Amino acid sequence: MSRFLTLTAVLAVVSTSAMAGGHCAAGKTLEDGKLTIATGNPAYYPWVLNDAPESGEGFEAAVAYAVAAEMGFADEDVVWVRSSFDEAIQPGAKNFNFNMQQYSITAERDAVVDFSVPYYTAPMAVLVSPGATETEPTLAALRGLKWGAVGSTTAVPKLETVIQPDSAPLLYGDNADVNAAMSANQIDAALFDLPTALFLSAVMIEGSKVIGQFAPDESDNPDQFGMLMEQGNPLKACVDEALNAMKDSGKLAEIEAQWLQDTTGVPLIK
Amino acid sequence: MTEQKAAGLTRRQRYEAAQRKRAAIIATTSTVLVVAAIVILVPMTPGWEKVQRSFFNGATLVQTFPKLLDAFKINVMIFAWSAPAIAILGLLIALARDTKSPALFPLRIFGTAFTDIFRGIPVILTVYLIGFGIPGLGLPCPWNSPYIWGSLALILTYSAYVAEIFRSGIDSVHHSQRSAALSLGLTERQVTRDVVLPQAIRNVVPAQMNMLIALQKDVSLLSFIGPVEIFRQAGVFKSLLANFTPYVGAAIIFLIVTIPATRYADYLMARQRQERR
Repeated sequence: MSRFLTLTAVLAVVSTSAMAGGHCAAGKTLEDGKLTIATGNPAYYPWVLNDAPESGEGFEAAVAYAVAAEMGFADEDVVWVRSSFDEAIQPGAKNFNFNMQQYSITAERDAVVDFSVPYYTAPMAVLVSPGATETEPTLAALRGLKWGAVGSTTAVPKLETVIQPDSAPLLYGDNADVNAAMSANQIDAALFDLPTALFLSAVMIEGSKVIGQFAPDESDNPDQFGMLMEQGNPLKACVDEALNAMKDSGKLAEIEAQWLQDTTGVPLIK
Repeated sequence: MTEQKAAGLTRRQRYEAAQRKRAAIIATTSTVLVVAAIVILVPMTPGWEKVQRSFFNGATLVQTFPKLLDAFKINVMIFAWSAPAIAILGLLIALARDTKSPALFPLRIFGTAFTDIFRGIPVILTVYLIGFGIPGLGLPCPWNSPYIWGSLALILTYSAYVAEIFRSGIDSVHHSQRSAALSLGLTERQVTRDVVLPQAIRNVVPAQMNMLIALQKDVSLLSFIGPVEIFRQAGVFKSLLANFTPYVGAAIIFLIVTIPATRYADYLMARQRQERR
């Protein structure tokens, strides 16, 4: 009897230590009991605030800690490493369990590395020229602007079906041309996915502003970000499970609202 | 009746008739063979079905053609206001380069520089530079419209070519005509306007027709700076439908316009040759 109790106790201890490493993730991480996550070098706003992922501030940092918690890792068990974008996307062994730096899931990339289920679907956002920054983020107000977009993107059907501007939009070959047209004041507003719009307004077009974003729409084939993992990584199933649980509980949407709508000050368009 | 007439033919006429018949048979046979080879062999290639689906898709063509036609109106519009401006500016540049007076040397320099620069720069670069560059200086709406500045880029480039053609026309009028007119007491101005130019312009009409056809296609370059003309509209459809048939549709519309124009230019050239004989 006492032997049986000892055995149960031993089993209990073993199972608790396994719990510390996560039920699903046990033994599948680089270092037992630790979860190694990579981010960009440097990591950018609004994905990671102040290039300090350890703070858990910024959308990707917050998602990383939430996923870790969902898999049973305490915050102090999360180890951060840095990697360049291209380095991580090449085939071969990795120094991280998963890598988050706005990797769009594409079939070509999926052939050499693995992706988790998407943790973010990039919505369309409205970038306006310096002269139109006071425009209300409502469809009625947007309709009166002179629009531009890249002709080969899904922004074009979105413009036609949702915004339906009063005057015909001007279309361009690439982002740089839209940029030039906005600088020349030939267009008041342009439609990009939110990350691109944030980048353009912060870096490329002085005085421009992202005034609103649309709710992500599954039907128009949007850009989706996934956590990048080594090809055939057994951890993928655990990460997917954690992300799906967070989607179902609304936790993921909550993090997105906090870091990508409130922090960036880009409201949803009504 | 016909037999009787045939019997009345000379040996030479009979020989020539036989030769013509033989040539017709050979031409027909070779044409049939070539067409048959294309029609039979091309579909036998392994990739034909895929190519057919993405380039010659009937359903896609029907679906996109009306909107392509609609977008073509923009091309026609830009063409309609650019072509007369090009003719006028081209002629002025040609006359500037052709001045003889020493006092007008700066004008000649200007004409030469103009043709050198705008003939030397690729059209698309001029379109970008003028279409984005000049409005970027801070012009107010609507004076920063890409339609205005894009058209100006086309006008400048094409005037350079057209001016050179006019100049060759002016050179083709024999010097004796000018001398004769001067000896009759006409002024330099009158000689140019009433003697040289009417002949010069008539001589280069066929060549200028070619420029019109080229311009008609190059209007599409304005799509790079915003206007949604037929080429851009086809590109939008291509991205949406992942199918290249809209480009083929655009090509069909272009051909509907350019083929009659080309035939007309041919006709003008043939008539001119006859007149010179």
